[in-house]
Amino acid sequence: MAILEVEHICKAFNRTEVLKDISFSLEKGQAVSIIGSSGSGKTTLLRCLNFLERPNKGIIRVGGETLFDAGDPSTQSEAAIRKKRLHFGLVFQSFNLFPQYTALENVMLAKELLASERPDYKARKKEIQEEIHAQAGELLDQMGLSNRTGSYPHQLSGGQQQRVAIARALALTPDILCFDEPTSALDPELTGEVLKVIKELADKKTTMIIVTHEMAFARDVADHTIFMDDGVIVEQGDPRQVFEEPKEERTKQFLSRFTQG
Amino acid sequence: MEQMMEQMPIVVHALNIGFIQTLKLFFITLIGAFPLGLVIAFGSMSKFKPLSYFTKLIVWIIRGTPLMIQLLIIYYFPGLVLHRPIWGSGESGRFLAAAVSFILNYACYFSEIYRGGIQGVPIGQEEAGLVLGMTKSQIFFKITLLQMIKRIVPPMSNEIITLVKDTSLARIIALQEIIWAGQAFMKGSYGISGAIWPLFFTAVYYLIFNGVLTVLLSRLESRLNYFR
Repeated sequence: MAILEVEHICKAFNRTEVLKDISFSLEKGQAVSIIGSSGSGKTTLLRCLNFLERPNKGIIRVGGETLFDAGDPSTQSEAAIRKKRLHFGLVFQSFNLFPQYTALENVMLAKELLASERPDYKARKKEIQEEIHAQAGELLDQMGLSNRTGSYPHQLSGGQQQRVAIARALALTPDILCFDEPTSALDPELTGEVLKVIKELADKKTTMIIVTHEMAFARDVADHTIFMDDGVIVEQGDPRQVFEEPKEERTKQFLSRFTQG
Repeated sequence: MEQMMEQMPIVVHALNIGFIQTLKLFFITLIGAFPLGLVIAFGSMSKFKPLSYFTKLIVWIIRGTPLMIQLLIIYYFPGLVLHRPIWGSGESGRFLAAAVSFILNYACYFSEIYRGGIQGVPIGQEEAGLVLGMTKSQIFFKITLLQMIKRIVPPMSNEIITLVKDTSLARIIALQEIIWAGQAFMKGSYGISGAIWPLFFTAVYYLIFNGVLTVLLSRLESRLNYFR
């Protein structure tokens, strides 16, 4: 069964329709890459999945559970949405690390806040905090940042900051991890280190949705590729097929700009 | 000069008493205006339009008129016009009226600084918190607040130093702060009369106190420099 099912999502800002009837699904352990030109609705789609935007129409299901149904107001209460967000993780283009916390604290903060709401928190406080601390340390180690745990974001390079942001998103063990152009804000020489850790996550069968302008990466890392244009999914399928034998004229046009360059 | 040195201990004693009243007004204003300013800031940022218009109207009136006039109206209006002297008599009544005027006035200025500080924190910070399952209040207290404080320390330092000097405006309703105490030696106080130098000498008190504040506030600013 699909871990994520997105059905007929529509989203408009005032009169501008940004998403027009988007449907796709995702299996556990799959990585999906979403490509398309700027303004095609890729980022808005990720923001809808993370409940930063509310779709006007459509349904979002995770593991068979309906998280959001535009036609059912009971799925839209603010308190419920907070918990539903935890099914998804989001890595932002601009990192959005918390500047007043160290790398390690950035990774630990949300988990600590969630843990403090547990009924057994007071009794097991020390033990729980040690667990969270150890897990955060492991994640940063996995990101190749074991020697930067005490650094503040402004002391880190863009690539290091983005890797901290990935560790921060992973700390809450989301079902689906979303990347919104994770390398677009980076200097070209720093994109490699970020793409490498995302590749490693894909190899570990992390369920991911990756919006990216790195075409080679979108082709090589993903199990499935979606090409979006003007708020619709123009074409989707196996990355090799989409990149090498695109069926749609618009996909060919879009990809030709990259192969020529 | 010799006479001045003789008068010095008496004058310093009187000015100290006045300066204590100045300090009381200064600290009470800060204690009241810090939180009230935050309430006004949230009011003016409210999505409920009538509330935000109402708070903006109040801020406009308070910032648009002289503090001296506000002091006079708040102190005299209830008693002289409405015949309901709500402030009580004597120095304590004058202090109460002065404190209310100053708190209201400074809260309005602070609110605008707070608003700038809150709105200056990038929206991505709140979104990152939301995505990590934090509540709005966790986001405010754990993420936004400190970043806001860092942003507002320099403009707030300015206002705080201005406040030290603005307390002298309370002289207009005869609050016995340091200007009043200095001026008293012109007419006659503690057996000294016709002396204008004590009034001039009050400037030293303001200068020293503001010097101390400047050091403390810049220390706070550099304490917050560990992040950007």
